[in-house]
Amino acid sequence: MILRHIDRAGWVFLGMVITAGLLIPALNLFVPADNFFHVPDYLVPLLGKYLCFALLAISIDLIWGYAGILSLGHGAFFALGGYAMGMYLMRQIGTRGVYADPILPDFMVFLNYKELPWFWYGFDMFWFAMIMVILVPAILAFVFGWFAFRSRVTGVYLSIITQAMVFALMLAFFRNDMGLGGNNGFTDFKDIVGFNIQAAETRAVLFFLSAMALAGGYILCRWIVTSKFGKVLVAIRDAESRTRFIGYRVENYKLVVFVLSAVIAGIAGALYTPQVGIINPSEFAPANSIEMVIWVAVGGRGTLVGAALGALVVNAGKTWFTGALPDLWLFALGGLFVFVTLFLPKGILGTLSTGWEKAQRRFRSDGSVPNGVPSAAE
Amino acid sequence: MTFAYYRRLALALCLGFLIFAPLSAAHADPVDDALALFATDSFNDTASAIDAIGKSGASNSAAIVTALAGGKLFFDPATKTVYYRDAAGKLIDAKTAAEVAAEPAGLKTVRLNNRLRTLVAAAAGSLDILSDDPAKRRSAANAVFKSRDATALAAVDTALAKETNNGVKEALEQARAAIIVTFAGASEADKIKAINTIAGRGDGDAAALLRSLPADIPEAVKTAAADALSDIEIKQAAWAAGQNIVYGISLGSVLLLAAVGLAITFGQMGVINMAHGEMVMIGAYVTFVVQDVIRTSAPGLFDYSLLIAIPMAFLVSGAVGIAIERSVIRFLYGRPLETLLATWGISLILIQAIRSIFGPTNREVGAPSWLSGSLDLGGLSLTYNRIAIVIFALLVFFALLLVLKKTALGLQVRAVTQNRRMAAAMGIRTDWIDAMTFGLGSGVAGMAGVALSQIDNVSPNLGQGYIIDSFMVVVFGGVGNLWGTLVGAMTLGIANKFLEPYAGAVLGKILLLVAIILFIQKRPRGLFALKGRAVEA
Repeated sequence: MILRHIDRAGWVFLGMVITAGLLIPALNLFVPADNFFHVPDYLVPLLGKYLCFALLAISIDLIWGYAGILSLGHGAFFALGGYAMGMYLMRQIGTRGVYADPILPDFMVFLNYKELPWFWYGFDMFWFAMIMVILVPAILAFVFGWFAFRSRVTGVYLSIITQAMVFALMLAFFRNDMGLGGNNGFTDFKDIVGFNIQAAETRAVLFFLSAMALAGGYILCRWIVTSKFGKVLVAIRDAESRTRFIGYRVENYKLVVFVLSAVIAGIAGALYTPQVGIINPSEFAPANSIEMVIWVAVGGRGTLVGAALGALVVNAGKTWFTGALPDLWLFALGGLFVFVTLFLPKGILGTLSTGWEKAQRRFRSDGSVPNGVPSAAE
Repeated sequence: MTFAYYRRLALALCLGFLIFAPLSAAHADPVDDALALFATDSFNDTASAIDAIGKSGASNSAAIVTALAGGKLFFDPATKTVYYRDAAGKLIDAKTAAEVAAEPAGLKTVRLNNRLRTLVAAAAGSLDILSDDPAKRRSAANAVFKSRDATALAAVDTALAKETNNGVKEALEQARAAIIVTFAGASEADKIKAINTIAGRGDGDAAALLRSLPADIPEAVKTAAADALSDIEIKQAAWAAGQNIVYGISLGSVLLLAAVGLAITFGQMGVINMAHGEMVMIGAYVTFVVQDVIRTSAPGLFDYSLLIAIPMAFLVSGAVGIAIERSVIRFLYGRPLETLLATWGISLILIQAIRSIFGPTNREVGAPSWLSGSLDLGGLSLTYNRIAIVIFALLVFFALLLVLKKTALGLQVRAVTQNRRMAAAMGIRTDWIDAMTFGLGSGVAGMAGVALSQIDNVSPNLGQGYIIDSFMVVVFGGVGNLWGTLVGAMTLGIANKFLEPYAGAVLGKILLLVAIILFIQKRPRGLFALKGRAVEA
């Protein structure tokens, strides 16, 4: 049923993601290391990280591309999901920490905590942590969105206060007495639901789960944007006042999609933490959140597949640039962004598909339509 | 002021002398005793002598202690007379302070060991109370106030008797009062009087002293102390509030400088310039370059370096701004979200450019001599560079206001803001106005950079630190309204300083951000919102 809504680009994308989700772990685990097709161990979590970013980009595209909500603080939801997972992973370390305290994580022993702060209760249980991965970003998004949308904060004002929100969270998480590891954050994880987090098999499974989450996230978002609900979102994006006058409760639509997007971002963060092995307050940096928006813009806003593509392209570029020419990375990122906003307002995918349609139309019309008639899109 | 005041003072002094006359009389002449001890050539006796002379309050005791420290204190073993050699090299009789005409033979130096050197240093400290330098006397009096060493009373009295400097006299009186309050022999009335003197000081030390009074004092003294303490606390709270306001204004001025350029580009042009912080950073680096050139080629001009840097920074940042406007922003008018993202890309490029040219580390920007030091006003202390920033921020603000309200350029800017096509029809070159407006906003940011170079690290990240605060100020104050920016900056600055003592610097900032987020819910267009049709556009 749901799958009916997926277009051709979506099928190609899903096919690639699911194939990668199966193939890369297989090539890593079952192909001998000296074989050409072997995927080295370091590459699996790196690619897994890209998949998390792609899921995050899709969640941003859902609100920006379809509902016109430009959040410059989406990193907050991603990081909160990551922190919820990190808290679970910290509790799993147990007595293997430096101070070998069975309950308190190392940083708490170091900071002279006598007992576990209340908000850490329950994080030793996987199911509870997973609920929190969803609940914490959802609650923040709900409270924030409730205030913002109800009082009709829109456009750049909304962008600026989302930035203030993520900035405030960054300052808060950098504090040592926040009880969340201060500026070091969480690291040195040992295992996840009983499996060694460093083992190739665990990483392969995590990679597979990330691919499935990305595919699932895409299908869900695609379903939303093609449903009637999605049509209303697009109407809000294009003419908010008119939609309101027609009789839609605009703020409720926005709130629902904003919370949903935050939850998807939180899940991306939860998958990110065990694969990268660290979560710290720099994830809340406003610059990070802006960079996420760039992925979407580069790939193509309002296309979902393009958002994921943009996240993959920019992050692969970042890995390559920061390795090969570290000084040039900011030039490249900044230049890419200026270039995309000026010359590719629809992003890579949008521009490609427009070009493809144009070529098709020219091929079909076969000269029967007089040249020089501009299409409606232009 | 007071004749009555002086009369009271004199009365207090007389009373003091009357009470302590017997006390001093008990040691007939402490200097004599001390000098005798110096002449015994024993370390222990010398120690007692140093102690005695330090507390004697004798007029030449400072000279004696200085001579002792310099190994220039001698005694004649035969006559037990003590002499010292003064700075001019003349031999002086320590007792009479008269120059010795014929130097006696066989003088021995008073010897010191390490323990005694420590004592000498301590004695020299308390003898500062008799020094010729008023600042030294004052700090010595304050030291006595804190130590409340009853044995220093005689020295304080001596110093008081000949003190002419009013400020120091006051400090000495307070020191004396501090001793009397805890002095077992003093009468109740004197103690209450002393408490009043201490209360007049009105600072944290006075409060600490009053709090630490022993429990066995008479009830009347106790109430007087409690009253005085609450007086001091009220006074101190007022000074602290004043200090917070002043610091808040200082912080607000910094915010104003950083935000006012943004208010122009955001408010007048609808451009979200995320590279605004980098314009500030460029201004700071211009200051660095100007100072660098001055250091190598014209060191004499260093004191004027900031004055030279201000127009330079305006021109450089303004030129960069115009270049950005012409190459990128003019294609994006009417699409604020796109300008936000494109200018963020530009800000990354500028940060990396500065990092490539000047390196990633902080650059040293010096302060001209006229900006060092501070102004003390009662309980307030203000550094000159902070005062200068407040003045500079207000100058920039009002200059900008004048430009926008009173000049042809300002008129045209407002015309283009309100109705671009109509303005164009009236013959205004709108694209030129766009470039000039953006250049003006960027140039002002550059001047802010000159000011910030005096109080912040000049590093490639300088601008990033201010961009969010600047947006908060503009959004809080109300977009498109310069007065809103002024009020917004000052409100946020002062609120920040009042929150800090209770919540800590970081938490205070978080609270403020949350407050602004909530405030925007209430007034989505800021404190001074523009009204009318243009707002919705």
